Formats: sequence, C-alpha cells, structure tokens
Amino acid sequence: MNAPFRLTRRQFLIRSLSTGAGLTLALYLPGCGREAESGAAGPGQAGERVAPAAEFEPNAFVRILPDDRVEVVMKHLEMGQGTFTGLATLVAEELDADWSQIVPVPAPADPERYNNLQWGKLQGTGGSTAIANAYTQMRQAGATARHMLVQAAAAEWGVPAAEIQVSKGMLSHADSGRTARFGELAAAAADQPVPDEVLLKEPEEFSLIGTFLPRLDNAAKLDGSAAYTQDIQLSDMRVAVVAHPPRFGAKVKGFDAAAAKQVKGVTEVLEIPTGVAVLAADTWSAIKGREALQVQWDESGAFRMSSEEILADYRDKARGEAAVARSEGDAAGVLENASTRLTAAMHMPYLAHAAMEPLNCVMQLTDDGCEVWNGEQFQTVDQQNVAKVLGLKPEQVKINMLYAGGSFGRRANPHSDYLVETAHIVRAAQERGPVKLVWTREDDMLGGYYRPFYYHELEAGLDGEGMPLAWRHRIVGQSIMAGTVMEGGMVKDGVDATSVEGAANLPYAIPNLEVDLVTTELPVTVQWWRSVGSTHTAFAVETFIDRLARAAGRDPVDYRRGLLKDHPRHLGVLELAAEKAGWGRPLPEGRARGVAVHESFNSYVAEVAEVSVGDNGRINVERVVIAVDCGVAVNPDNIRAQMEGGMAFGLAAALMSEITLEDGLVVQSNFDGYEVLAIDRMPEVEVYIVPSTEPPTGVGEPATPVIAPAVANALSVLTGQDFDRLPLRLAV
Amino acid sequence: MIKLTVNGESHSLDVDPDMPLLWALRDVLGLTGTKYGCGIARCGACYVHMDGHSLPSCVTPVSAAEGKAITTIEGVDSDTAHAVRTAWAELNVVQCGYCQSGQIMSAIDLLGRNPDPDDADINDAMQGNLCRCNTYARIRQAIRQAAASLRAQGGEA
Ligand code: FES
Ligand code: FES
Repeated sequence: MNAPFRLTRRQFLIRSLSTGAGLTLALYLPGCGREAESGAAGPGQAGERVAPAAEFEPNAFVRILPDDRVEVVMKHLEMGQGTFTGLATLVAEELDADWSQIVPVPAPADPERYNNLQWGKLQGTGGSTAIANAYTQMRQAGATARHMLVQAAAAEWGVPAAEIQVSKGMLSHADSGRTARFGELAAAAADQPVPDEVLLKEPEEFSLIGTFLPRLDNAAKLDGSAAYTQDIQLSDMRVAVVAHPPRFGAKVKGFDAAAAKQVKGVTEVLEIPTGVAVLAADTWSAIKGREALQVQWDESGAFRMSSEEILADYRDKARGEAAVARSEGDAAGVLENASTRLTAAMHMPYLAHAAMEPLNCVMQLTDDGCEVWNGEQFQTVDQQNVAKVLGLKPEQVKINMLYAGGSFGRRANPHSDYLVETAHIVRAAQERGPVKLVWTREDDMLGGYYRPFYYHELEAGLDGEGMPLAWRHRIVGQSIMAGTVMEGGMVKDGVDATSVEGAANLPYAIPNLEVDLVTTELPVTVQWWRSVGSTHTAFAVETFIDRLARAAGRDPVDYRRGLLKDHPRHLGVLELAAEKAGWGRPLPEGRARGVAVHESFNSYVAEVAEVSVGDNGRINVERVVIAVDCGVAVNPDNIRAQMEGGMAFGLAAALMSEITLEDGLVVQSNFDGYEVLAIDRMPEVEVYIVPSTEPPTGVGEPATPVIAPAVANALSVLTGQDFDRLPLRLAV
Repeated sequence: MIKLTVNGESHSLDVDPDMPLLWALRDVLGLTGTKYGCGIARCGACYVHMDGHSLPSCVTPVSAAEGKAITTIEGVDSDTAHAVRTAWAELNVVQCGYCQSGQIMSAIDLLGRNPDPDDADINDAMQGNLCRCNTYARIRQAIRQAAASLRAQGGEA
C-alpha cells in the first residue's frame, strides 16, 4: 500500500510538496493565454475544440475560473466506472466547493504530472486503482486551493484566516459579514504562496464523500452530446477499415485493390503490418471498400488449433514441469496419506471484452509530432509505442482523452495494438490529414487480445473432521505479461503474477499448500479482462472449497468461517452477505443459494446467488446479494453501480459468453454468436457496503469474478452436479 | 438524392440508397448521438424513432427512411422523453453511456405504448438493447419511475 494513504489522519500535516504525490496546483487567472471559451470544453467535446489541453498545458488538478467554475483535471479515463465523479468528489470535498460548479477536464498525456501513483512514472487507468492511487493526491489538491482562497480572503478583508468559513463554493466571515464566491477571489488566491502543508478533513467532517452525488457525465450521456472516439469528425478526415488475417499468425501475401478503389468514397488502399487498410470519406464506404477488396493470405505460419485441441494440450502440459507460486508445508506428502482426497479439473474459455464501443482511434500528423483522439486508457505506453512507429519522441504524441464506451481492460493494450495500427496507416497514407480507424464489431471480436483460455487442476486432502490439511492447485495457460513492458515487474521466477492472483494468495488456513503454474505459448493474443487473474482463479478456488464443504457435510458459509479466522475483511463481507441474503432460511421449492467470497485489487466481495433451473434447462439467477468492503466509500451509489454491473459482467461469462476456435478460426464474430447478458437475465441485485475508515480501494473489477462460483455452488446444491467449466453447462 | 426528415428538419443527401440510416445520420448529418455497436440489429445502440417507433438504424437503408419522420436522441423531446431523462439522471443509470441513446429511445417508445409496464413488459421491450456495463437493474427502475411520474402528471392535468 502506498505510504501517503497512511498520512491522511489529522495528527499528520501533509507536506504537499514532499509526499512524492506530485501535487501541482494553479488557480486560474483571467487572461493568461487560455482561449476564452475553451473552459467550456468538457471531456468528449467533439471536433476541433476537443483539445484545450493541447493548446494550454494545465499544470494542475484544480483550476478556478472567474465565472466560478471549478475545473478538475482528470488524469484517469472515464469508461463508465465513474472515475470523473469519484476524483471530483475528492477535490470538491476538501475545497468545500458546490457540486454544481465542478467541471471535469481531461488531462493531457504527461507521466510527470498525471502518472498513476501505483504505477511509478506511468499514466494510465486500470487495476481498479483510480480512487486508490489518487485519494490523497486529489484531496490535497482541493485542500491547497481552499487554503489559498482563505488566505486571499483574509488579506482582502483584513480578518484572521481562522475565522473564515468555506461552504458550497462561498467564503464568509461572520463578524464582518463579508462573503465572496470562489471566482471572485481566484485572481487574488493565485498570488498567495502555495502552502507547504495542508490539513485534510477527518472522515466525520466529510460532506460529499459518502453521500449520493449525481454523476458528472449524466447530462451529456442522456442527450447524445457526449463524444466518444467514434464520434470525432475532423475536417478532411478519412475513415480507415482494415482487412485483418483470418487466423493468428497469418500475413498478407498479396492483394488486388482494383474493385475496392471503384467503390465510391474510397480514397486509398494501403498495406500495413497488420493487414490491408481501406481509407474512405465515410465509414460505410470504407466498409464497402473492404468487402470489395481481394486479399491473399500467407497462412504458412498460421495457428490452426481448435479450443478442444488446446484443452487436450493443456491437460498434457499439466503433467509437466510447473513454476511454484506458493509453497507451504508438504502438500504432496500429506495428500498421499489423507483419508479423504478430492480432485477437480476445470477449464475456462477465451473471452472477448466486447465493450459496446468497438475499438477505434483518430490520429493526425502535425508539424511538431502527432495528435491522437482516443478513449485513452494507457497514455504513457501508447505514447511510447506510437512514437516508435512514427519516429517521434513520446512527448511529441499529444493525446486527447475522450470518453470510452466501455473497455473492461481492452483499451489498455501493452502493445497499443489499435493505436499502432492507426499510426501505421497515418504513416503510409499519401495524404496528410486525420484518419479515424474504425473496427467493426467483427474486427473487435475476432481481433484477439482475449482473456486467456485456462485449465486448472485442484487436489485437497481432508482430516477426520473434513477440514483441509493439504491443497494443491495447478494452473495452465498463457501469460498476459510475457512480451510486454510490464514483464520484468510482473513475471518472477517463471510465474506471471496475473496468472495466479486469486489462487496463490488463497486466504483459507490450510497448513500444506502448493500453487503452481504452467505457462503456455500460443499465437492467440491475450490481455487482461475485467478482474484479470481472478476471472478464472476465483471460480476454481471458490467452487472447490464448496466441494470440500459438501464432502465434509458442512454448511459452506460455516466451513469458510472456520478457515478465515486470520482474514477479518473476507469474513466481514461473507457474514454480511449471508445475513442479508437470509442464508439458512428456507427458499421456495426449486431454488437454492450459493456463496462465494474473494478479494481482488484489495477490495473484498462476497456474493450470494439464488438460482433456479427453468423447464427448458435454462439457469435462472433470480437474486444476488453482494457485500463489499472497499475501505472508505467515496461514492456509495457508484460502488453499488459497479457492484451491480461488475457482477453482471461476470454473470455473462458464467452463463453464456465464450470465444472458441475451430481450425484456428474464431467462431464468434458478433453478438449473435458471442452471447452477453440482456435485460431479461439481469437478476435482482442488492448491494451492502461494509462501513470502513480504511483507505479506499477499487470497485470496477472486484464484483466480477465472484458470481460464477456463487452460481455454480447454488446449482450444485440444486442438482447435485459438480461444475468444471465456464460457461456453466448442466448435465442432461 | 435521398430526402430525409430528421428531428423535424428536411435534408437532401447525395448518398448510396443502400447506405444504412445509421451512417447517413452519423457521418453525413453529423448526428453522432446514435451509436454503432454491431451493425446487425443485435445490440440496440443505433435505435432511432421512425414515425414514433424505435428501430435499428444500422440495418435500415437510408432509402427506406424517405418520407418518414426520423427522430434521434438529439431531437427527441416530449413529456415522455423528459420523464425518462429525469429518471435516468436521478438514478445515475449511465455508466460508459455508449448504449444509452438506444436505451432511452426504446424506453420512450415503450412508455408511449404502455403507461404502466411491469417487469415482463420492460424486459420484452428492452431485450434488444444490450448494455455491456450492465446497467439493466437501474434501467428497469428508471422506466418504472418515469412511468409513475408521467401518470402523476397525467392525473394533475
Ligand atoms: S448497431 Fe444497430 S443494433 Fe447494433
Ligand atoms: S452504459 Fe456502457 S454499455 Fe450501457
């Protein structure tokens, strides 16, 4: 955990310039070179006006405008998870601003000022870190601004600073009756020295943190004005659609562009490293042009396995050498002699992120480098990768961060795949001018970078009471980090931490324990997917522990309780979810409950699912009760929203979604083949938040991995079956 | 030339008659509130109203929209639309927002036909509108809330 989190109590005065948190602050002065109306350009303002940040490099998180607007500079991507609202809450809280005066402004790409404090000098959004890394930083930014406003008022009014009150964007002094709005004091405040130290509020002083606040992006997302990458239209912009090889590992052998060039609107057909790009005046013409294009593929190096063959191969590999992720006691020896031994083998498919906005990117060469418009999730890495293609320095890649229509991890690609593809098109194009790369849904779904396919084997030995004495867990699958810039930090002694997270840190007290990993290499590209390793490990661990409980003839909540004595936060959410779900109380005929508990990204989630099976054999998840412990609840309503949505994202993977391969070809290319949750499968959801004063942790991901095991465990109660694959299938 | 009436304004478009209405709205008329999500009538992101009813503009050729009144998220403005947007905002329904234009168009259509939808009616009407952020629980609640507020308004009138 980052040290600054521990410094938020009153007994510590925060030294804002020495925490390493990189706090910078400026109070906006009228007429200091900024375009008069550019303050109105919120995130996702389409077109040429999108880049006030590019024209004016703000060196701050907070700017107070003379008209009373408080701009909060957002270093993280808003992709639905509520981060703009969350970050602004922290600033507004300490500033004592009125919520209605807050305007979110996307930060430019700059790893010095806008880095993710949990990632070193790297700017980016992911791993449910936005609020966690910025909690102190953004509060300091707000508190510093407040301090300077108060000093300015004190000087102007000739009263002691200590007697000045600040509330809802107003400063006031009771005895003199003086009042002023923030905007009126902005210029004077900018002349005040930046304080070395500011005092942050105690939790009991919070007036915004912990309350319901309307999302800052509500209005723009209800009238169609919020701009996503897909919506950017620049003058002379062309739309590019790319013909990609049908199989992983295939390349372009040759192509005939004659028919494509006949299509009205098509301007250029270009070979690029990832395929053949068709450029046109508009999206439809580019799509038509690609349909008319003839490409011959060199498939000599193409991957041709099916999902079934991959599974068979992984089963073989599970017999081979493995790298140890965690080892305690003598699991092998104890298993040998255990009176009761249980084993399981499970597999989980490739999964596409399938965000509602398929991938896309707008890029333009400029006199001093290049400019990008993107739902930008991985600024520093993308700057480096794009710069390499274009022969630029990373800082010459200017990035305008727009709203993203979802991501679930996909827009933070360590290879910057779709940005690099755009860069290649821009470089190859004869005409300068902006290009919008558009991936169709098919491109997006067939395009790889999936959650990897995994195979798991588990083994446990129980004592006479049915309690586990030994546990062995082997995971087989591709590494997400291998070959990326993060490999050095994330892969240690042959173990990719993201392959085993959720398994290697098993919370249950078992004296003899071994978790190991067989890393495979396949040309199918893989990437993190909402909750990363936990997407598969939580299913394996939490269904297996239920099997142990059943073998022991014990209630699964009670069984876990006995094994979680040293993990009070796991236990806390488990107890809360069980209580709220009415655990142990009778259910109508044909319904059963299942439970699972899991920690990811330092947040703890327990879910209880109530499940039935329809006449048609359909698995119906009727009700889900979620308990979460994520430290201080900054935006309780957003925590609930992320629990609801994150759980349902995992429910789709539990019930229906899978990417499969046949002869190396991806079978599912659109929502007709790749099924996702629609409204009729959405259960009733209740969310309960554990009150906490611990530092806040993320909520975007942690609900996702918990639902599949909860549903499987309920189905096991209902049907007596064990479940060894996702998506879940009932035996007939 | 294709003649289109969109949000009450007439336009003449020099486009291929097969061009889906979606791309005509977005790329030609610059009405980008209507989204592309699948192109095969399987996600609902592109829903617009044609003569008051929602349909997928991604599979509707622009020629089929001639002579009809097209309304997009930018232009939809009625008591029902207001009630829907208000409920959506009060319940913080949106997450990434990319599906929400389509959700709102379908919800307005539903409430125009059915002033008091139950959950089954809502599921039925909203089935074609996918949301990968899975805002469905709040969508259901927001539709019920909008319906209640419209009925209350009707009662006062
Ligand atoms: S884009 Fe039309 S229904 Fe998906
Ligand atoms: S709000 Fe993101 S897809 Fe619906």
